[in-house]
Formats: sequence, structure tokens, C-alpha cells
Amino acid sequence: MSKKRIVATTGNGAVAEAMRQINPDILSIYPITPQTAIVEGFSKFAANGLVDTECVTVESEHSSMSNCIGASAAGARVMTATSSQGLALMHEMLYIASGMRLPIAMFNVNRALSAPINIHCDHSDSMGARDTSWIQLYSEDAQEAYDNTIQAIRIAENRKVLLPVMVNMDGFIISHGIQKAEFIEDEKVKNFVGEREPFMPLLDIDNPVTYGPFDGLGGFFMEHKKNQADAMERAKSVILEVADEFAKISGRKYGFFEEYMLDDAEVAIVTLNSSAGTTRHVVDELRAKGVPVGLLKLRVFRPFPAEELVNALKHLKAVAVLDRALSFGSVGPLFSEVKATLFDLEVRPKVINFIYGLGGREYTLQDAKRAFDVLMDVAKTGKVKKTFDYLGLKEVEVLT
Amino acid sequence: MEKCTEIRWHARGGQGAVTAAKFLAEVALASGKDIQAFPEYGPERMGAPIKAFTRISSAPISIYCGVKNPDIVVVLDETLLDVVKVAKGLSDDGVILVNTDDDPTDVRKRLGIKKGKVYAINATSIAIDTLGRPIPNTPMIGALIKITGMAPLEDVTSHFAKTFGKKFNQKILEGNIEAIRRAYERVRGE
Repeated sequence: MSKKRIVATTGNGAVAEAMRQINPDILSIYPITPQTAIVEGFSKFAANGLVDTECVTVESEHSSMSNCIGASAAGARVMTATSSQGLALMHEMLYIASGMRLPIAMFNVNRALSAPINIHCDHSDSMGARDTSWIQLYSEDAQEAYDNTIQAIRIAENRKVLLPVMVNMDGFIISHGIQKAEFIEDEKVKNFVGEREPFMPLLDIDNPVTYGPFDGLGGFFMEHKKNQADAMERAKSVILEVADEFAKISGRKYGFFEEYMLDDAEVAIVTLNSSAGTTRHVVDELRAKGVPVGLLKLRVFRPFPAEELVNALKHLKAVAVLDRALSFGSVGPLFSEVKATLFDLEVRPKVINFIYGLGGREYTLQDAKRAFDVLMDVAKTGKVKKTFDYLGLKEVEVLT
Repeated sequence: MEKCTEIRWHARGGQGAVTAAKFLAEVALASGKDIQAFPEYGPERMGAPIKAFTRISSAPISIYCGVKNPDIVVVLDETLLDVVKVAKGLSDDGVILVNTDDDPTDVRKRLGIKKGKVYAINATSIAIDTLGRPIPNTPMIGALIKITGMAPLEDVTSHFAKTFGKKFNQKILEGNIEAIRRAYERVRGE
């Protein structure tokens, strides 16, 4: 039996290791920076006979997701990984995967979308897939990427859910940075994920079924969509159940979000992925000076844990939501949801939005400090000068 | 908060700075520390100036931006002294280690700095003598652990043998370990 190991690993290395331990039936492979090292690492495991997985190399991400869909409908446990343009190219297939209620687990390494061409981190890719009915988990570091990947299988395949899951981590910052992480024993992961028990698989030839047929005006399209929405809602309790079970094998506890120094805070930053770590560091620095700041790091973006977020944030005077993506013509996607969620409160915090880190622009300690400075000013005066602003923007002359 | 040791590596693409940053982090991890090692991501071209970072701390590290105020700066290529501000942001009691044949006092003059401590080691010549190739990363590790006391020499050489034992043949492995030892012995401070 293998042992629990503490290792120095990249985020990509940690995800590949989780996939080795999960040992899926099928892995769909198409390379794209900064995700490539995941499928490359896994391919080495496969070539060395460490997994039983059939690695399917395809000619595009569209085909990659199509392959996942076919294999998952047949009854196989299916995984893949992508990033940025790759996720965008899969877009129409993402709806088909979720509409057919296929429990595919995919790792997405967050990266900006062109143009201009940029290979670095932002969340435009996964936020663009926000409405595809995929469950979305976000990971601060390599450890969480590893842990979320293992949990994703159980969440997706739960009979109450049967929806695909996308796990995210920040491109390069986490995918290529070397960090400390703890890997669970192989046997424990194997027992935790178990075998997939497919619901109405295509290969059950004694009980033939049809997947994805026409469902028009006289049919049940709208009821199917309501079912999908209900499954998303049910996923909330399943995500927590899976997290509780995972805590037993790992000692690490997960929920919808992590609250850090939030109870007695007056202001807080809400963010996801690696910026939460840098923010936490600044929370510690400011707390040491007696400034009442806190952090809420969102792990689960779909389904959106609205009620729980309200409870966690309602006592604050001001909240800044950080978005590493922008809905052009509107505001940041996370901001609009957090703000809408808080609207029903009779007394609610002021909520402001900062766009940061697009195309890999570094989110620095100074950026976090500036956001907290603005928040403390809002808390003191009760007035918001700017609801929407950028962090780390260069001053440039713009041709209009 | 516990102090986190922050190291910034300056090198040219192909000199092995990222490997060195990673190796040092692994040595620290083996002694129970939390660690980070990562390059400044950009076009990775052979010969172009690059930066890499290592963080080592007894407490968990939760900071994901580049090192702005390093405690230690390691320069693998002295031609960078004329093109990159390697001492930028160096803490007042910081350490700067340069791969050069010059004396540390001359290096300080070239850097034009008053603060910190300056050390010099000719890592390139050690690499040529021990490995037959001008790859300065392993001797720089030897010099670095000597001046910082970060880890005992024997721990580092045994960790090196463990990490690279499968990748390198015996001659290359021994050459690298000898390079670490020589730099450990020969590094000079002001």
C-alpha cells in the first residue's frame, strides 16, 4: 500500500497525480498551454502501465469533449483537461454534456482568451462557460486543485446530480509554480472514488435508451431544463457531503467557501483562486495593525451558494468583489451575482467591484492593500466613490 | 507573522536557474518547511534574461506574486549586472551572490549599492572543471547554502544524489556534487 506523501509539485503535477489515482476509463487528450503538462504527465503514467486508462488523442478540443460525451454516455468514467481557447472551442459541446446529464470531470487551467494573444492567467475562459450547466470548483493552490479533482468525480456521478464538473486553478501562477502539497494514499483515493455506477448507459443493450434526440414544441425541452436546474440545486448538499467524506481521508475540510477573519471584520474581499492567498497574507498584515479586514474565498461558483454567502457577508459594512474576468458592457461576473444576492437584505453592505489580473497581470500585495484602503474608506464614510474600478492598471494614452 | 525567506534568481535562459530554485525549495521541504519556487513567466528563450523565485518559511506561505523585496539575490550570469537592476528592492540586511571571478568589493562597486552583503564565486569555472560545461546552477547552490546556513552541506549533496540519481549517470552526478562542494568551500564575502 502506498503512503501519504508530502511533495514539491506544480499545480499541473498535482492534478495529473490525482488523475492517476482516480484511474479513469477514458482520458481525452488535446494539448494547450498552460494545461498541457497535465495530460503529458498522465500520458507518462499510462505509458508506464500505472493506469488502465485508454488515452484518446484527438484533433481538437471540440472533438475532445465529443469523445468525452460518447464515452460517458456509454458508461465509462471520463476525464479531460483544457484551458482558454480550448474551453471556448468546446463551448457547444459543454451544453450537450450537461444536457445529457453526463458526469464528466474536466480540469480547466484558467487562461485569458485572445485577442490580443495571451497565454497567461485570467478567468475569462471558465466565466464564459458559466451558463453551460457545469458545476464549477475553484482552487487556490496545488493542494486544492488535487483535492477538488478527486472530489469532482464523486460530485458528478452522484445520482442526485449527474452533471459534469469543471475544476479550475490559475494558469502558470499555480499550474507551473512549485509548491508543497500532500498526496493521499492510492488505496484511499481508489476507495473514495469507487467504481462508476452508470445510470442508463448506452452499452446496457438489454435496456436500450436514446441520448440527445429532438425534443421540440410538443415535447419536454423546458422540463428537461428545469430538471437540470434542480440537479444543480441538489448538487449543493452533495458537494458538502462529498467534502465531509473527503475530510475523513485527507484531514482537509472544504465547503462552498472559506471564511478568513470574517466574523469580526467590518470589510472584506470576496475572490477566488490564487488571489485569495495573496489577499489572506495582506489580511494578516492589516490585522496585525488592528484594521478589521477579512476574506471570503469562493470555492463553488456553480451552483452559486447564494443563501450561505448572504449569511457570511451580511454583517459587513463594505465588500469588494474581485473579478479576473469582465463582462464587457457590464461588470465583473462574480460581482454582479454577489451584489444581487445581497440586495434582499434590509440593511446590506456596500458592494464594490475591482477588475484585476487580466491576461496574467500580477495581483500584488499593494493591489490587495489598495482594495482594503478603499473599503475602509467606504466603511468610514458610508459613501462609495466608485462602484467599479481596476487594480494594477497601467496609465496609458488611449486612441479613441 | 513568521519571517519568510525570499530569494530572487537572475540568470539567462538555459543556465538552470529554475531548476536551482526548485531544488533549493525541495531541500527546504525535506526539512519540514513550506516552499514555493517559480519563474517569472514570459517568453522562455535561451540566453534571454530571466528571473525565478524561491520562498521558504516555517509558516504556511499564501502569497502568489513575484518577490519584490528579496532577502537573497542570486546572479548566475555576471553580464546581467550591466543590463538588469539585480539589487532592486534588496532588503537592508540582504545578501547578494554573484557568479564572477571578481572580488566581492569590486562587485559591490559594479552594483553601486551600499546596503547588504556581497558574495562572489566563480561558478562557471567550477562547472567547467567538474562537469565540462558552463552550467553554473549547482555550484551556486553550494555557495548559497554556505553563506546562508540554510541547510547542512551533507543534506544538500545527499538530496541532490536522491533527486538526480536516476536522471544523471554516475560521472555527471559526482561532478555536480563536487561542484557544490567546491563552491561551498570557495565562496568569498567582503
